[in-house]
Amino acid sequence: MAINIEQPNISQRPHKSPANKLFRMLGAACCCLIVLVMAGIVIELFIKSQLSMNTFGWGFLTSSTWDPVNGKFGALSSISGTIVTTIIALIIAVPMSLVVSIFLVELAPEKLSGIFGTAIELLAAIPSIIYGMWGLFVFVPIMGKYINPLLSKWFGNTFLFSGPSSSGLGILTAGCILALMVLPFITSVMRDILMMVPPVMKESAYGLGATTWEVTKDVSIPYGLRGMVGAVFLGLGRAIGETMAVTFVLANDHTLSSSLFAGGNTIASTLAVEFTEASDGLYLSSLVQLGLVLFLITAIFQIIAQVWLKYAGKNGGRS
Amino acid sequence: MRPRSITQRKTLNGVVTLIAGSAAVFGLCMLVWILYTVVSRGIGAINWDFFTQLPKPPGMSGGGVANAILGTVMITAAATIIGVPIGMMAGIYLSEFGQESKFANTVRFVANIMMGAPSIVIGVFAYTIIVLRFGFSGYAGAIALAIIMLPIVTRTTEDILKLVPNTLRESALALGAPEHKMIFEVVFRAAKSGLVTGVMLAVARVSGETAPLLFTAVNSKFWNWLMVGETGNLTVTINDYAKSAFNDQNTMAWGASLLITAGVLFLNITARLISRDRKAKR
Amino acid sequence: MSEVIIQNPKISVRDLNFYYDGHQALKSNDLDIAENRVTAIIGPSGCGKSTHIRTYNRIFEMYKGQKATGEIIMDGENLLDPSIDLIDLRLRIGMIFQRPTPFPMSIYNNVAYGLRLKAKTSKNELDDKIEESLIKAALWNEVKDKLHESGTHLSGGQQQRLCIARAIAVEPEVLLMDEPASAIDPVGTAKIEELIEKLKELYTIVVVTHNMQQAARISDYTAFFFEGDVIEFGITSDMFSRPKKQQTEDYITGRFG
Repeated sequence: MAINIEQPNISQRPHKSPANKLFRMLGAACCCLIVLVMAGIVIELFIKSQLSMNTFGWGFLTSSTWDPVNGKFGALSSISGTIVTTIIALIIAVPMSLVVSIFLVELAPEKLSGIFGTAIELLAAIPSIIYGMWGLFVFVPIMGKYINPLLSKWFGNTFLFSGPSSSGLGILTAGCILALMVLPFITSVMRDILMMVPPVMKESAYGLGATTWEVTKDVSIPYGLRGMVGAVFLGLGRAIGETMAVTFVLANDHTLSSSLFAGGNTIASTLAVEFTEASDGLYLSSLVQLGLVLFLITAIFQIIAQVWLKYAGKNGGRS
Repeated sequence: MRPRSITQRKTLNGVVTLIAGSAAVFGLCMLVWILYTVVSRGIGAINWDFFTQLPKPPGMSGGGVANAILGTVMITAAATIIGVPIGMMAGIYLSEFGQESKFANTVRFVANIMMGAPSIVIGVFAYTIIVLRFGFSGYAGAIALAIIMLPIVTRTTEDILKLVPNTLRESALALGAPEHKMIFEVVFRAAKSGLVTGVMLAVARVSGETAPLLFTAVNSKFWNWLMVGETGNLTVTINDYAKSAFNDQNTMAWGASLLITAGVLFLNITARLISRDRKAKR
Repeated sequence: MSEVIIQNPKISVRDLNFYYDGHQALKSNDLDIAENRVTAIIGPSGCGKSTHIRTYNRIFEMYKGQKATGEIIMDGENLLDPSIDLIDLRLRIGMIFQRPTPFPMSIYNNVAYGLRLKAKTSKNELDDKIEESLIKAALWNEVKDKLHESGTHLSGGQQQRLCIARAIAVEPEVLLMDEPASAIDPVGTAKIEELIEKLKELYTIVVVTHNMQQAARISDYTAFFFEGDVIEFGITSDMFSRPKKQQTEDYITGRFG
């Protein structure tokens, strides 16, 4: 029998003693602090980018000239680098995460899925600079020696894979490392979502003679679809703002190129490399504005994910 | 009606399992490869000097990263001291008093967005608001890390406190306990291991952060017990040494990578064991 | 055991034992299920009544650490034999759960689900089959204008009848119902009970219920379970008027459970 426990509204309880009042106010103050810090970030970044905004206007977002010597700054190459590396990362990581999470929850023998599951959660906790180190010292040589030349041989005549490829640095390499970095994260979120599918739903599909794959495809995935899309948004937010995993392998190149073998930069990597070098006010202001742009992009994706997941929650995860 | 072959359906099931399994194994192998690299390249740098000596100038072998280890521990500790109490109080408010009020929902929403904010942007913020006024310091780095911790601790505290059944709160209040006593003496006790796990995971998360420290704590080759001025720390050390042209410094970077990875994984595993114990007891 | 002999039972259970992680939940159950009749299984919660019917279609095998031994003979085959094909078995034995479980898809696709797994079917055949199943499940009139709307938006009782339609669409021989009306309002419950009465002409039905009045209303035979044992089995009216065992009498007169 379904039991409904009505949780009474606790805030209706009497709270007369001064200690209680103080305690409540302290809690509320801490909550306010969170909102204030958030507002502070936006306002502070906005104020400190004023110089750059006034100098370049909207041109900041559309110009690809990044010339600290002559004081000309445009964010286009950083923005495009951020977008392209993120797209590469998601193209690789999302299908992999989906397949791996399905394997862990539905298909793998219980013991195996326990071991793999823990491993994935631990890997999601590894600091991103470690991925950066591995990328620079291990993955870059492999890309330069084997994978890039192969891609160059097969697809060299297309704009994506043209040009010199032997350094192993560049946008493609950064995207791959980013993919590896967000893979455990997206997988563990998707796994949690798949595990929330009520067993009785699966039982009734099995009860009709469905195979494990059929149950997964027809019941579990549709049931968790909205949550999984939310997981992708969360992964997207991570990939966009990731700094240390990509900075080493991008070569901090501000020229715009269509080739994925070319060096590049992302907003985050430019900040990491150039912030301490910023010698004058305009340079610094431009970098802060880059930071503001990055913050706004991730905030927008966060908000989309929030609203989406809230909506999904209301529907009990069903479509 | 043509019956579908059961064998065919089972074969498809097997094929899908095989493909998914291979993807899982592939993903795991890549990640094991990363860990293996960190261990095999880092282990050579680990010795007594590594933990006790200051860094040697570029080009000279030997030396250690003792000051950076100290710096990372102090910065993380300072961040924890700032971030955890504030985050917990906010979490308590959301779970115990805020409920579904507009204010509480706004705070939740803001905290979630803050959790998604790139850590480097938090670093920029700490730079403009602290470093521009007071110069580089370990404290600027600690505050950046505390800002990263704040929403994480808030949301986990709230989630964990919400798991405590209301009957427990009611029976404490029915005995005449004031709210703050009820929360700290009854609710917190019931949620203790969950809260410890949450805090440990948050500490683990920020102790491996590099980006927010790059232009706040920066890095230093010297002891800095007071964290005033540039303060050495492991993650920025990795960043600096990885880009170095000297092999000895690259090796040091791997040693530091191994140390920080081991530390983060240790915190994670311990936190998970604690929460597993709690589950087993129930 | 039973005083009543069932001639040509559809299913005969012999010496059925069940273990959860080594804990024995069913103890040497013997039971005969009469063809085209409703057999009710009653007993206090935790007595193993759900566990018992979950062995018939071996749905318990989804979970590790659960094991059944003994024999469940249907049409001369032991269903617990490892060589039995699970897909085929579950097409022959349908199951309805305590909570309605409409899949996250349209009403039409819910009913079509098992059919599409079972065979390649033309659109026309499928349409006919779905209409037929929904009529049999006494749901057609309520949903015929919204077949392509989501099955999750129906009321609880309608959802449960949808699940029954989904189960009978694949033409099983036996229907297992695990407290099919326990999560449903009284009006919905009455409709489902009515439906069970009708369905027994076509299927052999086993209903687990904790509601004794319900068992008395809908079933031909009743088995009383207690702590994993089949305590008493008999014709429903006899059992409720003249229980033979003390435990049965205590239970149906409400002294425990």
